[in-house]
Amino acid sequence: MSGNPDSTPLVRLPSRLRGIRWRGAVSVIAFFALWHFAVIVEFSGFAELPTPIQTLTAFFADYIANPDYWSSWVVSFERVFYGFIIAQILGIPLGLLFGTSPKFRDLFFPVFELLRPIPPLAWVPISILFWPTNESSIVFITFVGAFFVIVINIYDGVGSIKNEHIWLARSLGASRMSIFRRIMLPSVIPSIAVGMTLGIAITWNVVIAAEMIASDSGLGRMTWEGYVSSTPEVVLIGMISIGLAGYLSSLIVDWVERRMMPWTETG
Amino acid sequence: MNSVVKNSPAGLKGHIQIHDLAKRYRDKDGNPVNVIENCSVDFPPGMLNVVMGQSGCGKSTLAYLLAGYMKPDQGYIELDGRRIGNPGSDRIMVFQETALWPWMTVTENVIFGPLVRNEISRAEAKIKAEELLERFGLIDFKDKYPNQLSGGMKRRAEIAQALINSPDVMILDEPFRGLDVMTRELLQEYYLQLFEETRLTTLFITSELEEALFLADRIYVMEEAPNNIREVIEIDLPRPRTIEVTTTRRYLELKQKMMEFLYAGIDEPI
Repeated sequence: MSGNPDSTPLVRLPSRLRGIRWRGAVSVIAFFALWHFAVIVEFSGFAELPTPIQTLTAFFADYIANPDYWSSWVVSFERVFYGFIIAQILGIPLGLLFGTSPKFRDLFFPVFELLRPIPPLAWVPISILFWPTNESSIVFITFVGAFFVIVINIYDGVGSIKNEHIWLARSLGASRMSIFRRIMLPSVIPSIAVGMTLGIAITWNVVIAAEMIASDSGLGRMTWEGYVSSTPEVVLIGMISIGLAGYLSSLIVDWVERRMMPWTETG
Repeated sequence: MNSVVKNSPAGLKGHIQIHDLAKRYRDKDGNPVNVIENCSVDFPPGMLNVVMGQSGCGKSTLAYLLAGYMKPDQGYIELDGRRIGNPGSDRIMVFQETALWPWMTVTENVIFGPLVRNEISRAEAKIKAEELLERFGLIDFKDKYPNQLSGGMKRRAEIAQALINSPDVMILDEPFRGLDVMTRELLQEYYLQLFEETRLTTLFITSELEEALFLADRIYVMEEAPNNIREVIEIDLPRPRTIEVTTTRRYLELKQKMMEFLYAGIDEPI
């Protein structure tokens, strides 16, 4: 740690990482050691699996310099990115409309509630039928995964705006438009952030499953192919890659959220 | 010179007259509940009017009606002879819990009013805001966000946020509730000093007798069933007041008198 309390660290660890020091390192090492041990003693189910070292060796030999592997990353990231962004672009205004216009809500919320419980993966068949390309149907399913949770969070966020915050602005002479822009919109930013955090996690869940069912590319597909071709190293490399990709996305989203809400930084 | 304001000196603004006011809510079963009934009262300008009562007696509702956040079911309120309607910057409220907008810095919070009404330029507003913040001991915190301030600082920032608009009336709805005793006393002295300098007409709502006695020119006791102002007591303690006034014989007499009013309707000890 830096001795000067005023110096800003170059990289700020996200809140979920702070406090993880040596205990975290110990648990990660223990995890890999256990895995290694379980494979060596051929513990139930582990007989077919490679050890962590074999997996790592396979990764360095066949994957780290393999453009196909990296293009799987890119493809999955693109799908998550587009699905997530489109869900934000459509979900934020819809949530705001639900929250601010009772007429609009009465008219469209029932349909929304009808569609919301349908799991994103149940949309796979219809979206393959509906969308012209495979790529667009996967992006659509990813979008569905994030969309509903974003809308619901923003709708709740508008409902929980403090009366006093609006009242004070009215007393001070703010117009409806400036109340919307300067009071209501910033009030829901924390809800938008919650929607983003949940949304990014769901989009990764969904994109991997969708790739396994309905795609010939991406990290999900790669993992599935590892299973089909009986190469457990590939399955494990795929899984770890997906974990890392999801984690990386969360870091990015965390960073964006902090930029959106400078007032929540303490000190 | 008699230092107690008995009659309103000419030219003072903020005369509040309440005429036969009533407000009802519906409870969750849909039955009407009277929050304020047939209330008529006169709050003179240039006075620190304290409305006192237990929670649930309709004090806050009275403040909301005066601010214009709610419409009465019956009767009306006049401010300097004009009927009040929508909320306006002639009467500004400081709420029980902080209403500072957490996404704006202290300065941005303070200059919001004048800027949103397009009265003055941003630069002018900032100069005015900094004068106020200087006076309220907040100048070092002008670029902080409200969550970075202590409870007492937030209240001072809110008072600055109201004062920059030069209101005719300040409405303070239990503004110091939830603060520790020391901070509370300091803020009471702060507000007293401000009031004694400006004679800014004030409607101060509280449920605490000591706070009411220390601040008030007049205490209006509000009670339940019917929810109405029952007593008006002149508090003739000299101004300017400091906390020492609470040890004087007159203060204790008034406190005794107030206790009799407050417990008059109660037969059994609680």
